[in-house]
Amino acid sequence: MSPLARKRLGRVALNAAGVAVFLFAVFPVYWMVATAFKPNDQIFTTSFIPFPDPPSMDHVSRVFTQGVAGNSIWRYLLNSTIVALSAVVIGAVFALLAATAVARFRFRFRTSFLILLLIVQMVPAEALLIPLFTMVKRLGLYDQLLGLIVINVGLTLPFSVWMLRTFVAAVPKELEEASWIDGAGRFTTFWRVLFPLVAPGLVATSIFSFITTWNEFVFALTLIGDQGKYTMPVALQFFVGQRSTDWGGIMAASTLMTIPVLIFFLLVQRRMVSGLVAGAVKG
Amino acid sequence: MAQTSTVARGGGDPSAPARRHSPRPRRRTGLPNWLVPYVLLLPGLLVIAALLLYPLYQMVDMSFHQVGLRQIRAINPTPAEFVGLDNYNSIFESDLFWTSLRNTVVFAVVTVALTLLLGTLVGLLLNKLGPKMSTFVVVGIMAAWATPPTAQAVVWKWLFDSDAGVVNWTLNLLPDWLSNLVFGRSDWSGQPWFNDTITLYLVLIVAVVWASFPFIAVSVLAGLKSIPSELYEAARMDGATAMSTFRKITFPLLKPVFSVLVVLSTIWDFKVFTQLYLLAGGTVNRDAFNLSLWSYAEAFSSPPKMGLGAAIAVVLTGILLVITFVYVRNIIKTEDVR
Repeated sequence: MSPLARKRLGRVALNAAGVAVFLFAVFPVYWMVATAFKPNDQIFTTSFIPFPDPPSMDHVSRVFTQGVAGNSIWRYLLNSTIVALSAVVIGAVFALLAATAVARFRFRFRTSFLILLLIVQMVPAEALLIPLFTMVKRLGLYDQLLGLIVINVGLTLPFSVWMLRTFVAAVPKELEEASWIDGAGRFTTFWRVLFPLVAPGLVATSIFSFITTWNEFVFALTLIGDQGKYTMPVALQFFVGQRSTDWGGIMAASTLMTIPVLIFFLLVQRRMVSGLVAGAVKG
Repeated sequence: MAQTSTVARGGGDPSAPARRHSPRPRRRTGLPNWLVPYVLLLPGLLVIAALLLYPLYQMVDMSFHQVGLRQIRAINPTPAEFVGLDNYNSIFESDLFWTSLRNTVVFAVVTVALTLLLGTLVGLLLNKLGPKMSTFVVVGIMAAWATPPTAQAVVWKWLFDSDAGVVNWTLNLLPDWLSNLVFGRSDWSGQPWFNDTITLYLVLIVAVVWASFPFIAVSVLAGLKSIPSELYEAARMDGATAMSTFRKITFPLLKPVFSVLVVLSTIWDFKVFTQLYLLAGGTVNRDAFNLSLWSYAEAFSSPPKMGLGAAIAVVLTGILLVITFVYVRNIIKTEDVR
């Protein structure tokens, strides 16, 4: 074989591998969406039906009207949104303050605080489930979205501070010094100079926390007993019945739950990697 | 930015001029400089202390107590009885300890190995592909990565469904001689995947590898892009083979990335809960427990044995903190936390 032909063959093989990886990654997601739009007789069949023919909106409209566990899927989407947005906003304020402290000031315990952040990130949330459950119960926050919000702030905060501090550190200190010289106070400098420059980083960090909170399952499962207050991940399992599973409904609900995450994901994809492995890649 | 200034100019807010005069005196009367970082840190530190550190202490404390319904009720709770190491004794004497430890460890080892292998290969592939093809594949694997864990579990459960699942249909497509040779059977119709612990974990491994290899691939790709291309040119000049280039250049330079990825994956896979809970259909199948599912099952069954559940959680956390120690040491070495 001539070198040119071999090179061309290599290129074809690489592209074929790329397509194979793409199909492996995408097929389950595609199948979820396809099943959501198939009428029942195309779902419960032993033959392979590659795409819904014709597409049916039955399941999608049914999860909205009839819903699951006694409520329309709107209810659960709304609960999930309330929990995720509140946790993100509260978490963002706390994280920004702490990140500014760590990135802009030299003080005693600074290193200790950073190491603490690293260690608490590694404690499995599932292990804290039991003590947090008793705490929530004692505070009378069981069965309330507020309890879930508070817990999610705690779960996402260490990582948010860790990620945000690099964004704060990246803002040149001279800008703040100039603002000081012009007579601006601490708050004005923070609000008018630092905040606008850190805002993109804050958005990326917030999207992160949003995804984590939106997907959170274990705490939502244990801290909420009232069906009207379920979040999406918990509501999903009620499509699974004793004898049979409503595959069309569950796939429609899963698709609805995945859409916002997918959009956010494509937005912050690059930052996600750099945030997690920053230290290693730099070293 | 532009918007704020327009509002300030046109709005004529009476408080604005007053604010503009105040900074100077405020700087003198404000907080002393040394106190500022502590004030900024306070809310975050309180959250971490209340929601992570105190529960951590409580988890250990509860593991030495018997905690049931009467101890956790909101009104008039009775104090928990101190039982010493009883909870730990019953864990280590239980058969479930060994099956769930085995499930946890075997699952983590297999899944981490497969995820890293597949992720690295895909990362290397992405680096070789042309820009258009590479973007195409990245967007594809992003879809797998972005799927929420609950949806992952549900989708894979559907793919492996005994009657209408695509996997059984595909396995039936295999020529009978091949299927017989590899699996010792040719008919896959109605094959139930979720009744037996081994096949259940097989599906779990596939699902978790599917969802986590994209992160590894994209991280490896980012690492590869940071390696100067001169090194590869020099290697080619010297007539190095692809294999020795990987061994002598790529791998050593990516080693820090790999060590972080190994530890992160190990931590994630050690405590897998959501996907297992949904694939196993809750806590009915005790053979399928891993440590986190077992802890959950003891603490939230009726009657709840919170102390026992906490003791299992302590064991799990202990194992994870040992692994974490390596990770934290690595980060402290490479990144300046000083």
